[in-house]
Amino acid sequence: MINKKLDRKADIQILDGNHAAALGAKLSRVQVIAAYPITPQSPVTESLSEFVEGGDLHAEYIAVESEHSAMAVCTSASLVGARTFTATSSHGLAYMHEMLHWVAGTRLPVVLACVNRAIGAPWNVQNDQQDSISQRDTGWIQIYARNNQEILDSVIQAYKIAESVYVPVMVCYDGYILSHTEMPVDVPSQGDVDRFLPPYKPHAILDPANPRNYNLVTLANPRVNADGILCHGYMEIRYLLQEALQKSRETIINVGQEFGKLFARSYANMFWEDRLDDAEIVIVAMGSLAMEATVAVDMLREEGHRVGVLSLRVFRPFPKDYLIEALSKARLIVVFDKNISYGSEGATCSEIKSALYGNRINAVIRNFIVGLGGRDVKAREIADAVRKSLPSLEEGGPNIEYPEWICHM
Amino acid sequence: MKTNAVNLTEKEYLLPGNRTCPGCSLSLAYRHILKALEGQVIVTVPASCLTVLHGMYPVTSVDVPCVNTPFASTGASATGLVAGLKALGRKDVTVLAIAGDGGTYDIGIQALSGAAERQEDFIFVCYDNEGYMNTGNQRSGSTPLGAISGTTPMLGKQQNQKDMLAIMEAHGIPYVAAASATHPLDLYEKVRKAKTIKGTRFIHVFTPCPPGWRFSFGDTIRMGELAVQTGWIVLYEVEDGAFRLTSASESIARKGSLRPVREYLMEQGRFNNITEEQISELQERVNARWKRCLDRVTNL
Repeated sequence: MINKKLDRKADIQILDGNHAAALGAKLSRVQVIAAYPITPQSPVTESLSEFVEGGDLHAEYIAVESEHSAMAVCTSASLVGARTFTATSSHGLAYMHEMLHWVAGTRLPVVLACVNRAIGAPWNVQNDQQDSISQRDTGWIQIYARNNQEILDSVIQAYKIAESVYVPVMVCYDGYILSHTEMPVDVPSQGDVDRFLPPYKPHAILDPANPRNYNLVTLANPRVNADGILCHGYMEIRYLLQEALQKSRETIINVGQEFGKLFARSYANMFWEDRLDDAEIVIVAMGSLAMEATVAVDMLREEGHRVGVLSLRVFRPFPKDYLIEALSKARLIVVFDKNISYGSEGATCSEIKSALYGNRINAVIRNFIVGLGGRDVKAREIADAVRKSLPSLEEGGPNIEYPEWICHM
Repeated sequence: MKTNAVNLTEKEYLLPGNRTCPGCSLSLAYRHILKALEGQVIVTVPASCLTVLHGMYPVTSVDVPCVNTPFASTGASATGLVAGLKALGRKDVTVLAIAGDGGTYDIGIQALSGAAERQEDFIFVCYDNEGYMNTGNQRSGSTPLGAISGTTPMLGKQQNQKDMLAIMEAHGIPYVAAASATHPLDLYEKVRKAKTIKGTRFIHVFTPCPPGWRFSFGDTIRMGELAVQTGWIVLYEVEDGAFRLTSASESIARKGSLRPVREYLMEQGRFNNITEEQISELQERVNARWKRCLDRVTNL
């Protein structure tokens, strides 16, 4: 347990989200960084290359020729025991898709900063969360930041989580709204981060002294090894990945609490609550949208509505059971998604519905798709959407099959 | 000292019993490559016949550390191994990337070219069986003109092979070599030399494939010898721009001449439907390359 006091009070710097992410990686003493300047590109890795060339960070910086290669570099560097980092967004993340599966399947603690930006077609480099939501089934832990302080803090925590459970972690933050917007960030000292995050000690590495062959062809069924011992088949190995993500919920909370004790900023839960104690109406949002939602709650509270915000911090593993108590008093849940599973609904809406099923919470759930391709989402629009949903409180319905869109259609 | 069967590394890193086809020349090549590196190596392998050779979890036929990596990523995976080892201060290990022609000429060329441009410090071996043999003999950028394959099933391939050795040389890397699995001592010496050089080193290894090329399992070595004797392949190395012919190709250049390429083609079922025009075109390509080699050679 860490009890030592902080090195000093506070070092408040004015940082945009990309610099906060880069500083988080630097303070985590990453050893190998690989990145490609995809369109849309964010300056997070440029900052890191400055740290490396300037001698402030002792790491190998590899300017690769694609995001697929960036993640392949991180995979192999991690396999020889190095702490690795990359950052991307949008098309770059999509191009990485195959490797994202491989990193998780190989159970490597790679950390990736994802600047949430729209994906084509048509071309659009502005903010939404379609990119990372499209990667939700690759076996990565996904953390979403609401502001730049959370970006920096989450990158540092991500290494501690990833290296405990051997699952890679994606730290996601909204393009432009956070990535290119400056705000005050309390930057921890290197000494304090070192106390929180010890050097990476892998449980196994590629080493000629002890030859191992990683990711061989693995059949569906268990198979005996040369000593006659029955070893896992493909399905058992995949089960272990699911189990690791399930169990990682405790680790994420423990790491958040430990971080809170040392840095006086608590991350003790997988979601944030704002005025939920008496709320019969709950707004659900993820990322910077949650900050906008709190302003909408101010407006709606003034009108006498008992409204609160539940902001998802961790999307994978989804904190199913943990949400039940927070939503137990809700009669109307209004979910705002900056993504959509085409032909169905917003991803967080589906998750909330799935979490509530069978838990005797009889709330009406409404879903609004907002902010795609950087469309501005105003607090007033969030409040309007809630007002529009109010009749559901009295009537119980209607059960709307598909989400509503806040756009001119 | 010239390598011979007596002074070859004694230890075996490719263990007896692997999953390759009878007569597979990849086994022969891989055995000698690993011997040349004497175990101080980490290997990265994309989807390929070598994945099959490596075996199925939890049993493997090799005694060296290895990571299997997706098809397109070999050059990048090798980069990551080098970067990780450097970051951790390990200097005693050679990184070996080894891919088939599909993983080199086609889907792997982007990552390989990027790594070569960055002068990443590893050996890249392309073992070339002139098609996607692991998945049923589909055509690749290395399948020759006139060859029947899984995806050129009736007429044979209508295009010539990509000149991957020239492409790699154009990257300005310090060592490029052309070898053949059927000439293992020459291959062994090239890997030994590559091991002493820093930067990206590229070795192309010709690997005759009995089922894919349709010749009998016992004829693998003869097919490689015919390929060299007809000039279908040339054994050479380019070290810092200096071009040297090696082994049997050097002997042919010193005393003798190439046999007609037709003699090589007629031995393989994959060329059953080749036309006279295509044979002439292939002969012209072989003649032109041989002339280029003789024009450049520095060791005759």
